[in-house]
Amino acid sequence: MAVRVPFGERYLAGRSAIHTADARVKLPATLAYIFAVTLTPVGHWPALVLLALPLVAALAFSGLSPLVVLRRSALALPFILAAVPLMFTKEGETLFSMPLLGWTASREGLEAVLSILTKSWLSVVAVVILTATTPAAELLRAARTLGLPRLLVATVSFMYRYLFVIGEEALRLMRARDSRSARLPGHKAGGSLGSRARVLGNMVGSLFLRTYERSERVYAAMQARGYDGEPRFLWGRAWRLIDVTLAVALVAYLSGVEVYARY
Amino acid sequence: MLGTRVDTAVETAVEVTGLRFAYPDGLEALCGVDLTLRRGEKVALLGPNGAGKSTLLLHLNGILRGKGRVRIGGVTLRPDNLAQVRAQVGLVFENPDDQLFSPTVLEDVAYGPLYMGLPREEVLQRAARALAQVGMTGFEERSPHRLSLGQKKRIAIATVLSMQPAILALDEPTASLDPRARRELIHLLRELPQTMLVSTHDIPLVRNLLPRTVVMDGGVIVADGETQAILSDAALLAAHGLDVY
Repeated sequence: MAVRVPFGERYLAGRSAIHTADARVKLPATLAYIFAVTLTPVGHWPALVLLALPLVAALAFSGLSPLVVLRRSALALPFILAAVPLMFTKEGETLFSMPLLGWTASREGLEAVLSILTKSWLSVVAVVILTATTPAAELLRAARTLGLPRLLVATVSFMYRYLFVIGEEALRLMRARDSRSARLPGHKAGGSLGSRARVLGNMVGSLFLRTYERSERVYAAMQARGYDGEPRFLWGRAWRLIDVTLAVALVAYLSGVEVYARY
Repeated sequence: MLGTRVDTAVETAVEVTGLRFAYPDGLEALCGVDLTLRRGEKVALLGPNGAGKSTLLLHLNGILRGKGRVRIGGVTLRPDNLAQVRAQVGLVFENPDDQLFSPTVLEDVAYGPLYMGLPREEVLQRAARALAQVGMTGFEERSPHRLSLGQKKRIAIATVLSMQPAILALDEPTASLDPRARRELIHLLRELPQTMLVSTHDIPLVRNLLPRTVVMDGGVIVADGETQAILSDAALLAAHGLDVY
């Protein structure tokens, strides 16, 4: 039966300049960007606006729909929860106080919360643009050429490959359960919480066993094609001057913004 | 290629003698199998589930090592020449999701040649040729999970063709394919010159493609002969749970 996993592929195919740029440049550039954003002093709004500009440019050149990027960047939302308490714990000029709890919010606290939110959101948007314009396989190759240990790259690429296969298997298991979870009028259906938990536990166990058996078959398939315990990879493509130039320009810009934010 | 060269001039492609194998849980999967394939021969391996067909295929390139002797192209399989002989036997697994383990099609098809230590140009050339052979040129950068089952099966075959094996061992190549994908796959198999041992339940495939048939049951070979003769022996087929209809 055909099933499609609702999660997974982040890559949105395209032919834009951002899409075709070398992943070996895009990956470290994104990391440098996040680094710069993180280092920006709290509450320095002009610097954060300047830091948003490269993202706007990348978004414009990539041809990605801003709505899609916005939706995916919702990943940053949970940071709100983590950051909000700062508003009440930081000392400073009182803004308002919670009537019953006796907490007081400070202006400095609010500034810190907003800075954290903006910074994490900018970082997430940068990663969203990276993953939407770069196939996962390219990212893995880039990580490999940039010196990530081979074994780690091989492990992540297996994970990426079998995430979908195992996800589909889980979906099939759930469908099989759902299609036998019928309800008769006048009868209480579904069983107790305990029995439902047991069914779920069995499903997880069976998924684990299937995955374990699959790993043995995959290993046999690797051996059949000569695997000798040392992961090997095809070489990457040639470096292009334009990619390197862009990366250098980006790093210069980021450094400029950081210097401006401090002096 | 390094080391032992398999002599392709030898007329016997595969020679299995007295092969026995038991799984670690004690299940006897092969109880003395003798089988010889001449070079270029196309042979069907029939038998009920659990007869030992897949276990036998896994012995041809030493993934499983039982008691007895396996000779590939005149060379006896030993632990020290495993890697060299392995390149001669292209094993295509039943489930392509087990066989296609790389993030992209190209990396999967290039995997075998890459591990043979070939230079990059030749790796890419072989991969391109293998993909062309199965009619999947242009799919190089695709992820396997985005392909249909029929496409995955063809690419699984390409992953072993790129190793340029002399022998192909295929486990249920047409299982769960739709009629068109099945027809295309049979067409592809017909074009391939290799010696073939095909484990299958697909009787029309056997009839059309494989002149010789070997029947296995309970870990032994119970019949071996011309496909026509075996498929018309109703008593033999019934005795081993096979149906020709």
